Amino acid sequence: MVLNKFRLNFKSILVYLALLTFSMPIFLAFLWLIITTFSTRTEGLESLGWTLSNWSFLWKSPFGPKFQSIWFVTLNTFLLATVMTTIVVFVSSMSAYALSRMKFAGRKGFLSATLILHAFPSVTLLIPIYFVLRWITKIPIIGQGFPLIGGFGFNTIGGVALVMVAFQLPFGIWIMKGFFDNISWDMERSALIDGASRFQVWWKILMPNIKPGIAALSIFAFISGWNAYIIPFTFTVGRAGKSTVLSVYLQNFMSESVMTEWNMVAAVGLFQLIPVLIFFFFTQEALLNIYGGGAKGGA
Amino acid sequence: MSKNFQLERETSSLSSFPNSKSFFSKLKSWLLPYAFLSPTLVVVTLFFFIPLVMVFILSFTNLDMTNFGILKWWQPANWTLDNYVKIFTNRFFPRILNNTLMYVSMTLIFFNVGMALVIALITTNINRRVGFAFRLIWLMCRLTPVVVYIMMWKALAGPAPMGVLNKHILGPLGIGGGEFLLNTNPWVFVILANGFIGASFGMIIFSSAIEAIPKDYMIASKVDGASTWQTIRYITIPMIKWPLLFVTTYQTLSLLTSFEQILLLTNGGPGLYETEVWSLTAYHRAFSSYFGNTQWGYGSAWAVILVIIGIIMAIIYLRVFKFNELIQEPKIDQL
Repeated sequence: MVLNKFRLNFKSILVYLALLTFSMPIFLAFLWLIITTFSTRTEGLESLGWTLSNWSFLWKSPFGPKFQSIWFVTLNTFLLATVMTTIVVFVSSMSAYALSRMKFAGRKGFLSATLILHAFPSVTLLIPIYFVLRWITKIPIIGQGFPLIGGFGFNTIGGVALVMVAFQLPFGIWIMKGFFDNISWDMERSALIDGASRFQVWWKILMPNIKPGIAALSIFAFISGWNAYIIPFTFTVGRAGKSTVLSVYLQNFMSESVMTEWNMVAAVGLFQLIPVLIFFFFTQEALLNIYGGGAKGGA
Repeated sequence: MSKNFQLERETSSLSSFPNSKSFFSKLKSWLLPYAFLSPTLVVVTLFFFIPLVMVFILSFTNLDMTNFGILKWWQPANWTLDNYVKIFTNRFFPRILNNTLMYVSMTLIFFNVGMALVIALITTNINRRVGFAFRLIWLMCRLTPVVVYIMMWKALAGPAPMGVLNKHILGPLGIGGGEFLLNTNPWVFVILANGFIGASFGMIIFSSAIEAIPKDYMIASKVDGASTWQTIRYITIPMIKWPLLFVTTYQTLSLLTSFEQILLLTNGGPGLYETEVWSLTAYHRAFSSYFGNTQWGYGSAWAVILVIIGIIMAIIYLRVFKFNELIQEPKIDQL
């Protein structure tokens, strides 16, 4: 009995040890990142002099007063991520509902096509998407004259968000479909018998029931909006463009003619990471439930 | 069979007017699914379908920065197969193909599916809070801005006095001469850097799928005296077949088209085309050629082939995993 207990402990220690070993690079890397942002220079994980100057971007712009402050950029990033997340959640849950609950011609095709859409490399679709965005810009109001997000055309937050939505949709639809599949249809059927329309059923009955799914998808969409780099970088221009989002703002440090201050880049990167971590701390439970389906994908 | 029949009869008897639907209500219920799909259709048409057709056309032209606005690329008279001939006769073509295969398969097997499954299995079988903390730690790689993330890997791999690995691990153990590890073992770091991001995706999906397995199965197998390994092999893995299909397919396609990390980490180097993968080549040709001349047409041709490879891979996966059997018809359609 004692031996058995010992063996169990020994086994679980081994498991923990394996987990720690696998995760070692992550610990080392983040430890280095934190040490670096407070150091003038580092040797491995050893600081050669502590300083706070890497964090000076918080109170004064490192590129002179003409540039937007980091707080404005942060707000912009937040706006982009929020707009994108909202659209992704609505659009993908609508499609997922139809795919999960309705019989129609092309259902299977649509479902596999959604997965295949993911095979299109964003890199090279960038050139033609530029043409498409330019074309949307020409549409009155929708193109440019929208309050707050500027519209859905080229060089606007809405436009960038829309392109990012497109690349998030395959993931969103598949995840949401899994959650819809898991809900029993008795509830829905009784609502339909009582005379509710399919749209009402979707919005009033099913959406409140897949809150974990909505939360999980929102978090993932928000993170990819928050960290977006290539797409905002490509579809915004000028000095205003350079301060659209934090990742592009990071690029400012590297494109200046002076030598790159890597320690400050690390600090800005850590600054960008902190809100996400705080956000995560409060939404942990939702994250566990990203996958709603059981052993099979149908319902 | 009989159960299904009964269910259908029940459904139709429940609805008050099953057979007296007007033409318009039939039309409405026929159109309804497409109404739900319409936002997706609009976005997909704008940002996938139209661009795809354009990339396909562009791949037959020699559009670049010098003739942009002059070349009428939409006219069939300007279309040739030159770009494709150039790709297949390229001296580095076999190398790039080989790199791509190695990168995708290694990262997929060892990290995006393999490590993801291992981490998911471990973290769901230990103390809940500890398992949770570890999953968050793994997720951090995905959360970090890619520029900073790659900076961290470069710091880990750095030469003797600066590099974390050289100073604290390899140095004391007396391994290697303190070289810049990215130059000596570029592939190890390309796969590690991508794998640590990739693993978190599968990890989350697998662990929530594992936690969704009814506890009765686990208890039953324990009662029958199955070892941990047998429980995993005969209960857990078959129960998460669907998420395994999804992650494998989705991540193969992700890896085929991902290039940002490699671009920032090695930029295809250190040797000539040593870590250059297909999508990175497409990016290099289309956006940053050595002469500052961006060959959009040529880059598009690389991309088109990549899209075709991706689609073929996806179809093979769907066949292998018997996609059609996994997708069942929805039970309620109309009332």
